[in-house]
Amino acid sequence: MIKTLLARLQQRYRTISFPKTKPELPERFCGRPAIDISKCPTGCRLCIDLCPTDALKKENGHLTVDLGRCLFCVQCARDCPTGAIKFSRDYRLAARSKNDMVLSGSEINLAGALNKKIKSILGRSLKLRQVSAGGCNACEADTNVLSTVVFDLGRFGIQFVASPRHADGLLITGPVTKNMRLALKKTYDAVPDPKIVIAVGACAISGGIYVDHPQINNGADKIIPVDLYIPGCPPHPLTILDGLLRLLGKIKQSI
Amino acid sequence: MQDILSVSVYNGHTIDLQEIPQLSIAEFRTTIIGAVESGCRIASLFAVFSKTDKGQLYVILAHEDTGKLYILSADVTNSYPSITTDCPQAHLFEREIAEQWAIMPVGHPWLKPVRFHLPYRGAPDIWGRKNNAEILPSVMDFFQSDSDEIHEVAVGPVHAGIIEPGHFRFQCYGENVLNLEISLGYQHRGIERSLIGGPNKRTLHYMETLAGDTTVGHSTAYCHILESLAECSISPGAQTVRAIALELERLANHTGDLGSLAGDVGFLPTASFCGRIRGDFLNMTALICGNRFGRGLIRPGGVAFDLKNERIQQLQEKLVRATKDLTVAVNLLWDNPSVMARFEKTGTVSSELCRKLGLVGVAARACGIECDTRFNFPLGMFQFAHIPVSTWHTGDVFARAYVRWLEIQRSITFIQNQIEMLHKSKIEKPEIGALAPEKLAVCLVEGWRGEICHVAITDVEGRISHYKIVDPSFHNWTGLAMALREQQISDFPLCNKSFNLSYCGFDL
Repeated sequence: MIKTLLARLQQRYRTISFPKTKPELPERFCGRPAIDISKCPTGCRLCIDLCPTDALKKENGHLTVDLGRCLFCVQCARDCPTGAIKFSRDYRLAARSKNDMVLSGSEINLAGALNKKIKSILGRSLKLRQVSAGGCNACEADTNVLSTVVFDLGRFGIQFVASPRHADGLLITGPVTKNMRLALKKTYDAVPDPKIVIAVGACAISGGIYVDHPQINNGADKIIPVDLYIPGCPPHPLTILDGLLRLLGKIKQSI
Repeated sequence: MQDILSVSVYNGHTIDLQEIPQLSIAEFRTTIIGAVESGCRIASLFAVFSKTDKGQLYVILAHEDTGKLYILSADVTNSYPSITTDCPQAHLFEREIAEQWAIMPVGHPWLKPVRFHLPYRGAPDIWGRKNNAEILPSVMDFFQSDSDEIHEVAVGPVHAGIIEPGHFRFQCYGENVLNLEISLGYQHRGIERSLIGGPNKRTLHYMETLAGDTTVGHSTAYCHILESLAECSISPGAQTVRAIALELERLANHTGDLGSLAGDVGFLPTASFCGRIRGDFLNMTALICGNRFGRGLIRPGGVAFDLKNERIQQLQEKLVRATKDLTVAVNLLWDNPSVMARFEKTGTVSSELCRKLGLVGVAARACGIECDTRFNFPLGMFQFAHIPVSTWHTGDVFARAYVRWLEIQRSITFIQNQIEMLHKSKIEKPEIGALAPEKLAVCLVEGWRGEICHVAITDVEGRISHYKIVDPSFHNWTGLAMALREQQISDFPLCNKSFNLSYCGFDL
C-alpha cells in the first residue's frame, strides 16, 4: 500500500490546463493547411496529381483543399515549387458542415455550438457511445486517450459509455465498412432522442484513403446524419477535444 | 524432401518466379506437413489466379533456427486435399483461400467464411452465397454444444469500450467457457485487392492504415519489399531511424497494454499511470515526424525526417523521464498480490499448442518459444544490433504481461544505444528506382504484436500483380480462443487484452 501511495506521489499531477492555456504541440506537427493562391502558378496541377485522396481541387483558377479528405501527409506542401500550400501547426479543425471543411485560403469556419434547446439538455452531461466501423485503431486510440489523466474528459462532463441506450450520441470512426453498416444503424437506433453524431477522422468523414472502395460506404453520413466533423488521419487528441468542446459551447466559435 | 527445400531466401530478399519450386499439389501438401513437423512455421500461404481457371498456391515457410525462408508453389484449380487435417496451423489460411478464390480444401474440419465477401474469380461461392444477395457478417454455423445446461453468450460486434468490432460466441457451462468462437470481418476494407497494379500514390497510405497501431511495422515491411525489388540500399542513418521508430511503437503499445491489463483486474494506479506514459512514447514518435503513430516517417528508400542534434537530446531526455515513471508504475503490478492472483494461471496456452497453431510474437514468447523476427530473421539495423529474445515459460496472462515488460526494457536500451550513432550519420532524401519484373519478394518485420509478413509478386512490367499481408493477429486470434477454454467468462476481457490483437490487421 505504501509503495502504491509513493508511486502516486512520484507520478505527480499531469492534467493539462487546456482549454484555459494554449496547448503545446510537437514542432513537426502538421495542422490546418493554408493556401496562398497568389503563389499558385496558372495551369500547375502538381499537388492535385500527388494527393492520394483527391482532397485538392482547382476550379476556375481557385485551389481548394477539403479537410474531410485530407490525410495530412503534406506531400502537396513538400513538393509545391512555389510554396502555395503550407501546413500550419493549428490543431483546430472541427466543423459543423462539409462545406466548412473546404478551404480556399487560410480561414476556416470552425464548429459552432449545438442549438440552445439541445445544448440545454446535453451541454453539461454528454454521454457518448463510440462505434468503430472500419477504423484502423489510430482514431480509436486517440479518442481513448481523452479519458486518461492528461486530458481528463470527465471534467467537461463528457464520458464514453458502454451501451447506446445510456448514450446521448455516437462518435464514429472508420469509413463504415459494408460489414458494419447494419451494426452502426442498429446502434444509432438504440440511442434515445435527442441524439448527436460525431464523425472523427478522414475515413468517417469521406471514406479517407478507402474512398470509393466497394467494401465501404464513404463515411458515416452516408448511413446516419452527422452533427460534427473532426478531420485528421488520425486527428490529434487536442483536435478531437477542441471539437467536442466547441459543440458544447465550452469554446467560443470566435476563439 | 530435402531437395525440394533447397531453394530458400533470406528475409528481405527476392527470388525469380521461375526459380520457385513448382510441385504437384500432393507434394506441396506433404512437403509443408513435413517441414512444419521438422521445425518450420507457415509464415504465409495464399493463392494467386492469373486466369479464372488457372491458379497457384504459394507458401512461405519460416525456419527460425537458420533464418531461412523456403518458398514453394503448386498449381491448383477448384479443390485440393486440405493441409489442415495434418497441420493445424494452415487452418485459417485455407479458410481465407477458400473464401477469396472459391477453392475447396477437401476435408477441412472448420471451413467457415473469414471476412464475409464473395470470391474474387467467377466461380461459385463455397458456401453458396449469391451475387445479388447482401452478405451479412457472422452469418455462419457456429459451434454449439447440444445440452439443456449449456448456455450461449454472444458479444459484439459493437463492444463496451472504445475498440474495433468483432463477434465472440461463447458456449458456457455455468461460469465456465467450454468454447469460444471468434468471427471477424467487420473491418474488411479490401486493402490487398487495391494494391494490385501498384505501387501508386495511395499504396503507402494503405500500409500506414491497414493496422493503424502498427503503422511503423507495416510501412517498414512494405518499404523493404519495394527496396529489395528495386535493388536499392538505404543509408545506415535511415535504418537506425526506422529501428528507433519500430521500438517506440512497441514501447507505446506494450505500455498501453500493461495499463489496460491493470485496469481489467481493477488495479487503477498502474492503469492510470500507464495510460499517460503510453502517450509519452507516442509523443516521442511525434517528436521525430510530427505524427503520434509515425505516419509519414517511413518512405521507400529511407525515411522522410532526419533526427539529429537537439532533437536527439530531447528524445533522450524524454526517454529517461518516461523510463523512470514506467518502471515505478509497472513494478507495482508484480508487487501486488491481488494483481498477481488474477494474472497467474489465467488463460494458459501450452507451448505444444502454441507450436501447433503457429502462434507468433508476444503470445508465443510467453509460452517459452524463442521466436523473434528481429533475432531470427534480422533485417535493417537489427542485422548489426541484436536485441535478446524475451521469453517466459508459463503461457498465462502473467507471462504475456511479463514478456512485454522485459521487451520494454530491452527496447529502451536499444534506442539509447542506437540514438548515439545518429549524431554522425547522414540521412539522404529517399529515392527508389523501378521494380524488377517477375519476382517474388518477402519481408518479415517484428511488429509489437509479432511477426508481420508481406509478400509481393511483380508482373512483366514490374507492377505489383499480387500482394499478401499477414498481420500477427492472423496467427494469434485462435490462440485467444484456445486460452479461454475452461476459464471463467468474466476473465474474457483480461485474456483478450493480454493478446490485444488487431481486428483491422486481420480483416484487411
